[in-house]
Amino acid sequence: MNSIYPILKREFKSYFASPLAYIIIVVFQGISAWFFFLYLKGFLHIQLDPGFQLQRGELNLNNLVLAPYFGTITLVLLIIIPLITMRLLADERKSYTAELLFTSPIKLRTIILGKYLAAVILLIIMLTLSSINVFVLMVHGNPDIGAIMSGYIGLFLLGASFLAIGLFASSLTDNQLIAAVISFGVLLVLWLVGAMSPVDGSILGYISVINHFEPFGKGIIGIKDLVYYGSLIYLGLFLAHTALESERWR
Amino acid sequence: MIRVHNLTKNYGNLRAVDNISFELEKGDVLGFLGPNGAGKTTTMRIITGYMPPTKGSVRIEDVDIFDHPLKAKKQIGYLPENPPLYNDMNVEEYLDFVADIKMVPSKEKKGRILYVMDKCGITSVSKRIIAHLSKGYKQRVGIAQALINNPSVLVLDEPTNGLDPVQIIEIRELIKSLAGERTIILSTHILPEVTMICSRVIIINEGRIALEESLESLSLNLKSSESLYLKLRRNGDDVKEKIESIENISKVNMSAPGEYVIVPSNGSDVREELTSMAVKYNWGLLELRPLIHTLEEVFLKVISSEG
Ligand SMILES: Nc1ncnc2c1ncn2[C@@H]1O[C@H](COP(=O)(O)OP(=O)(O)OP(=O)(O)O)[C@@H](O)[C@H]1O
Ligand SMILES: [Mg+2]
Repeated sequence: MNSIYPILKREFKSYFASPLAYIIIVVFQGISAWFFFLYLKGFLHIQLDPGFQLQRGELNLNNLVLAPYFGTITLVLLIIIPLITMRLLADERKSYTAELLFTSPIKLRTIILGKYLAAVILLIIMLTLSSINVFVLMVHGNPDIGAIMSGYIGLFLLGASFLAIGLFASSLTDNQLIAAVISFGVLLVLWLVGAMSPVDGSILGYISVINHFEPFGKGIIGIKDLVYYGSLIYLGLFLAHTALESERWR
Repeated sequence: MIRVHNLTKNYGNLRAVDNISFELEKGDVLGFLGPNGAGKTTTMRIITGYMPPTKGSVRIEDVDIFDHPLKAKKQIGYLPENPPLYNDMNVEEYLDFVADIKMVPSKEKKGRILYVMDKCGITSVSKRIIAHLSKGYKQRVGIAQALINNPSVLVLDEPTNGLDPVQIIEIRELIKSLAGERTIILSTHILPEVTMICSRVIIINEGRIALEESLESLSLNLKSSESLYLKLRRNGDDVKEKIESIENISKVNMSAPGEYVIVPSNGSDVREELTSMAVKYNWGLLELRPLIHTLEEVFLKVISSEG
């Protein structure tokens, strides 16, 4: 397990060796700030309108700014995360370095975990930067700090699950673009099955990545949702491991 | 020490390696020869633990590579067919990374990096980004990488591929100098290279061992079959007969009208008799020279007799 650190370090540095990581961070930060201030502007507008005074209870910061803001970020993650994970394993094949890694005295799971954690750290950086937006709310009123915290925990878990699935997609091919398309496709399906489920509590509803996020946005951290995201992360890493292992057995 | 036992590898229906066995001791340098697609790279990938065989086993310093991969892999230095390089790193960073994943103790790391850079002639490019290096320099970095953990078993897949003539000589010297304490396997398409650095040779063809010999016995065989090539301006019906009448000649073949390949019986030199005979009968001697079998010829013979 000592060797997880060099793997992680190399992977993380290589994110910043090309402009990709910078572009991803800037775009992510730009879009989330843009939408945040859009929602905030709408909220302030409504607050000043006397016609809405009666419904003030419903029309609070949480419902009008935070919830849609978190919703937007989940969508941005859906699009951006395949770009973060696409090269993780695909590139090792392309540059023949897979042969170096797999003939070194380290376990396959150490390699996979090291790479995964490098991507997770990038996600943490992105989410931390975007949380600056939310601090603005402190100035404009007293938002539910608990809901903000749990919302960010939810975003982190959602993003971490996406990363695990993206890593799996990257284990299937030596082509980054194909890896990105596969992970985007899988994530989209996991996202949309929620909309297709007619009743609450159906299997499809349970599978949906986004259904499990909603409670976090409302300040609720449920065991069932933690278990869901935990399993998704484990499944992604496990499948990546299996894919790499079985490829060499063929 | 490397023990390869009944190794077989199938890719789907294709049998790339077919029941290969050999044993190498410390100090051996094995040249691994074979035409394209013979299964050299596949065999090397199995030996280094990159992929498991369909059947058979590999032991590195008495450790089975598939039962105890981490322990066995610590002993191995491997240069794959394509050097495994991270284009976005500089040479020194890259070697530092490889040292880390090869479990080089941190105390020795700095020294090892300087040593392999010096040995492979890449000290001057140590701060260059790998993507910007020429093919030959990339190959050198690949060799440096294989040496970083001071391995007792070295597996080199076409080590001099892409190098310039000067560097080829240097790398050959380097490999020779590394031999004593180590076991080395290298594959190559440059046959003289084998004569220069290897102590043993294995020729494989279509996944099977077609010839396995120590280099001494191989060169003995090459010498003993030394035959002569004779070319005459005027060919006659009785030429073959007349040559055969000379003492110490075991075989005469006409390869083309006026061209003969003459095999003297063991070790004897019949050139003098042949020239005087040619002058005597006025055959018009154009050429007489020894036909030394090169490794190339052995290689071609072995390969073609297989198919
Ligand atoms: N991953 C793979 N999947 C399917 N077939 C493969 C694979 N790798 C190699 N082969 C096939 O196995 C055979 C042996 O290939 P190998 O690369 O071991 O040959 P080689 O002796 O190294 O050839 P060369 O001199 O060209 O490097 C070839 O027919 C090749 O097409
Ligand atoms: Mg090869």
